[in-house]
Amino acid sequence: MNTNFKYAFISLTGILIFCFLANISLGSVSIPFKTVFESLLGITDNYIIQNYRLPKAFTAVLVGSGLGISGLLMQTLFRNPLAGPYVLGISSGASLGVALIILGAGIFGGVFATLLVSKWSVIIAASLGSFLVLSAVLIVSSKVRDTMAILIIGLMFGSITAAVVSVLSYFSSAEQLQQYIFWGFGSLGNLSWYELGIFFCVYCVGMILTIFSIKALNSLLLGENYAKSLGLNIKQSRLIIIIATSLLAGTITAFAGPIAFIGLAIPHMARQVFTTSNHKVLLPAVFLFGAIIMLICDSIAQLPTSDYTLPINAITSLIGAPVVIWLLVRKRKMLF
Amino acid sequence: MKSAQHIMLKTENLNIGYASKKAETVVASNINMALQKGHLIGLVGANGIGKSTLLRTLTSVQSKLSGAVFLKDKNLETYSNADLARTMSLVLTEKIASKNLSVYELVALGRQPYTNWVGNLSDNDLEVINRAITQTNIETLKDKKCFELSDGQLQKALIARALAQNTDLIILDEPTTHLDMYHKAYILKLLQKLVKETNKTILFSSHEIDLAIQLCDTMVVMTKDSVITDAPCNLISKGVFETLFPKDLIAFDNLSGSFRVKK
Repeated sequence: MNTNFKYAFISLTGILIFCFLANISLGSVSIPFKTVFESLLGITDNYIIQNYRLPKAFTAVLVGSGLGISGLLMQTLFRNPLAGPYVLGISSGASLGVALIILGAGIFGGVFATLLVSKWSVIIAASLGSFLVLSAVLIVSSKVRDTMAILIIGLMFGSITAAVVSVLSYFSSAEQLQQYIFWGFGSLGNLSWYELGIFFCVYCVGMILTIFSIKALNSLLLGENYAKSLGLNIKQSRLIIIIATSLLAGTITAFAGPIAFIGLAIPHMARQVFTTSNHKVLLPAVFLFGAIIMLICDSIAQLPTSDYTLPINAITSLIGAPVVIWLLVRKRKMLF
Repeated sequence: MKSAQHIMLKTENLNIGYASKKAETVVASNINMALQKGHLIGLVGANGIGKSTLLRTLTSVQSKLSGAVFLKDKNLETYSNADLARTMSLVLTEKIASKNLSVYELVALGRQPYTNWVGNLSDNDLEVINRAITQTNIETLKDKKCFELSDGQLQKALIARALAQNTDLIILDEPTTHLDMYHKAYILKLLQKLVKETNKTILFSSHEIDLAIQLCDTMVVMTKDSVITDAPCNLISKGVFETLFPKDLIAFDNLSGSFRVKK
């Protein structure tokens, strides 16, 4: 690896550590860096840090890096710089699951409803929803050879689920709608250590599959026919890449809600800074960028020293969109 | 006449075309040809005659209708993806998906059939890559991105990538399209040089019949009724090129070995 890359990686890691600490320190109650250090090293106990700030910061790292990497996978697989982790219907599937639980409760009513609307049921519904929509996309795509067709099929499934969600919304009470909309804002701060542990396990499986796909991803940069002529088993690699994406983006949506823009924007930032498409370099770069940007977005969303918290989903878009525009105007090209 | 060891690629009663559930569309039938090792072979024929279908079948991008293809005396169907990648490399007409690759990265991807699970390059890989870059005269382009290249430069880089794959056979689908007259000659001349230097077998399809006649060891001529394989001078004396096109506009001139517009 060339030395410029090394320096870039070292400085990015430094920035990540700083953002991580700053994220813990900032919030409705500001905690001095000294206390943050002492608490992290186990010298003093700080209730807020250990039970709120630290799990939230870890969640931000997992969410940012996971979404960035699934975006990278989708952009390479679909040869499309606009692809993100949600093009396969992952987010719409999760929304459908959550909508059925929250909004459907009013329609089905009774004891059923009170049983269902708990935090875990929302998480399970979101996972099941994205899993089902993705399975449908996968089954259909096994009959289709063209990768572009899979992209369109994913979008179509997205439209179908969106339509079901709007029908459900129409029959729901204002209270339920509000609850659904709040889920749609996204949230990093709701996870206990136990939930974070489960999240982390699934995240690791997705990451391992991704790491084993590095070579396949690099061949796919030439297009599918060239990749095949280089000895790649296209169908198998495509399946592994899609499974990795759905594990990463699916669990993230389940635990943190649909978080916009990170998946699309982060891979482009990494490509512009490292000026390469080699996934061996891009993968760690996207990990670092994703984690850093997510930590920054979360710190802003907390509106330091105030009692208000902004929807994280709005912040990621407010920061992500201008960054992409700025990169494009500067380089005049969107490459992948 | 030609012993089996000297044959790189052979077809037996090959029928090519497209099959769907309802019907079979035969593009060309009963193709028998044997292509010799260490030759530069040009495949020519009119538009729509089935050159691309033939190349797609020979490279197992598309399946044949019937008959057999033998690559180095082994049935093409018995090759695994990985074995095929070490025996045959391609230069296709389709654009490469990512133009953000540097020329060096592009050529290095040719080593994929030989690298480990994460694609690390060994010293030997680096040597082969550098040799491929030297052989195609693209040393100065090494660090450029593919989107910065002209069509001719990109074609050279793609040929270097195929060379880096270190296969006995290289197949190119219309490597001279979109190039000016100089670069058409340049690319075909480069292929001829590579055949001589490396003793690889190179098969390419092209519409540059007059250039192919001057440079190829063997030519495969596809017409509506037949597929004929022979040395260019024999093909001229047999009058095969006259049968290539309808006779109302152009005629083949045996002396110059090229087509002339009828006055």
